[in-house]
Amino acid sequence: MAYSEKVIDHYQNPKNVGTLDKSAKNVGTGLVGAPECGDVMRLQIQVDDAGMITDAKFKTFGCGSAIASSSLATEWLKGKSVDEALKIDNMDIVEELNLPPVKIHCSVLAEDAIKSAINDYRVKNGLEEIKFEESVVH
Amino acid sequence: MLKLPIYLDNNATTPMDPRVLEAMTPFFLEHYGNAASRNHPFGWEAEEAVDYAREQVAKLIGADPKEIIFTSGATEGDNLGIKGIYEMYASKGNHIITATTEHKAVLDTCKHIEKSGGEVTYLQVQPDGLIDLKELEAAIKPTTILIAIMYANNEIGVVMPIKEISAIARKHGVLLFTDGTQAVGKIPVDVNKDGIDLMAFTAHKMYGPKGVGALYVRRKNPRVKVTAQMDGGGHERGMRSGTLNVPGIVGFGKACEICMLDMEEDTKRISKMRDHLETELLKLEEAYVNGSREHRLPHVANISFKHVEGEGLLMGFNKNIALSSGSACTSASLEPSYVLKALGLGDDLAHSSLRFGLGRFTTDEQIEYTIKAISETVLKLREMSPLWEMYKEGIDLSTIEWAAH
Repeated sequence: MAYSEKVIDHYQNPKNVGTLDKSAKNVGTGLVGAPECGDVMRLQIQVDDAGMITDAKFKTFGCGSAIASSSLATEWLKGKSVDEALKIDNMDIVEELNLPPVKIHCSVLAEDAIKSAINDYRVKNGLEEIKFEESVVH
Repeated sequence: MLKLPIYLDNNATTPMDPRVLEAMTPFFLEHYGNAASRNHPFGWEAEEAVDYAREQVAKLIGADPKEIIFTSGATEGDNLGIKGIYEMYASKGNHIITATTEHKAVLDTCKHIEKSGGEVTYLQVQPDGLIDLKELEAAIKPTTILIAIMYANNEIGVVMPIKEISAIARKHGVLLFTDGTQAVGKIPVDVNKDGIDLMAFTAHKMYGPKGVGALYVRRKNPRVKVTAQMDGGGHERGMRSGTLNVPGIVGFGKACEICMLDMEEDTKRISKMRDHLETELLKLEEAYVNGSREHRLPHVANISFKHVEGEGLLMGFNKNIALSSGSACTSASLEPSYVLKALGLGDDLAHSSLRFGLGRFTTDEQIEYTIKAISETVLKLREMSPLWEMYKEGIDLSTIEWAAH
């Protein structure tokens, strides 16, 4: 299976690989996937007082498409408000990276990681956890 | 001079040896006769060429030429050997014993037999990939007609104790079928010394052409027969109808002859490269060899690099190095290799594996390049692996409750 150029570029030059202080109050961490399934994503956001995402980092265990999906997600998150971030849809990632059908689950995982990170941030800051519908593709 | 891309997937298929192609060429354009044409020189020369190839093939495995049935490859040989015995010996019983790490061509054939009323026992393998001989013997019952155990495994290269298995089969009057696809031409295989009754193998895993293989069927002590699975002109002593693939068979014969002549030399050179590759890659932290290292084909290594995913790993160098992974992220199922799982490997390790299959045309330079490329990619991916970070922090990954996915 051939990868799209964008996937290859993210794989070779991943953006925002790293770790934020998960104990910090203004950092939200999402850890999704499972080693058994062949992919695990950890996505972190750092939020300022105005609710803007000032930094985002990821680490991913997975195939090239999983790495690219999370790398792209961190790029999109930076500079967005938390509310805007909630609107990122996995199909936007699929489109941007030209993911084939067998790799759609990688984009779903990235969307789940974003939501999970936002919820972690919300809970830490005394806000209610948002209930999301179960992802369709798993 | 380093030649790229590097081909290290010789368990999938091998390149053809130029000497094989040379032997085949005249049988496409000049000697194109049908080996079954009895009335003219075109047919005679084709038949003569097939007879000669049959001798070359038989010699490599210590068989009589009359015991070689040409097929389209090992999948057909597996089907013909197993289904053919099941049908031919129906009056004696309906029970077959095989193992969970067999090739799909054997496993799915056995599933087919189960659907048609047969009974199949699938032996588990030990962590080293070998079957437990005591378990094998205990699984034999009065209705057992066949034991189907591969000679060497395609994913991990582990070589089964065929002699010991055949001794057990003999003792209980059960026939032994073996899928010799990965072993024949690479290590000494002798149907008499090994006590094999039926064996499927194929040309394209030993530097011959694709689309041609053979089923060895023992003729003496005991005389074995299989029911044909294809109806037609009664070729190959009635066991496999269909016009013979003369150029392919000629190439197969030549490939066998070369394997026999070069085996010792090839093995020495290739196993040295394999051992070097393995030693260097095992210098990486948390790298493990899958399957027995002692009972193993000389050209195969299957290694897991913990906390990096196989397909992601391949992507780091697959423009220049052709390898295969036990991870199945590309397939819809997302299930990793059933062979690695059968060894008792966790899914995480199974997802992290690479299979190296060296070959006759692999060079030292290519191995050096491979060691470097893989080591660098593993280190790079571990830097971006959350699992590696947790491992380094001393977190036991098995205690984490992973989000359902």
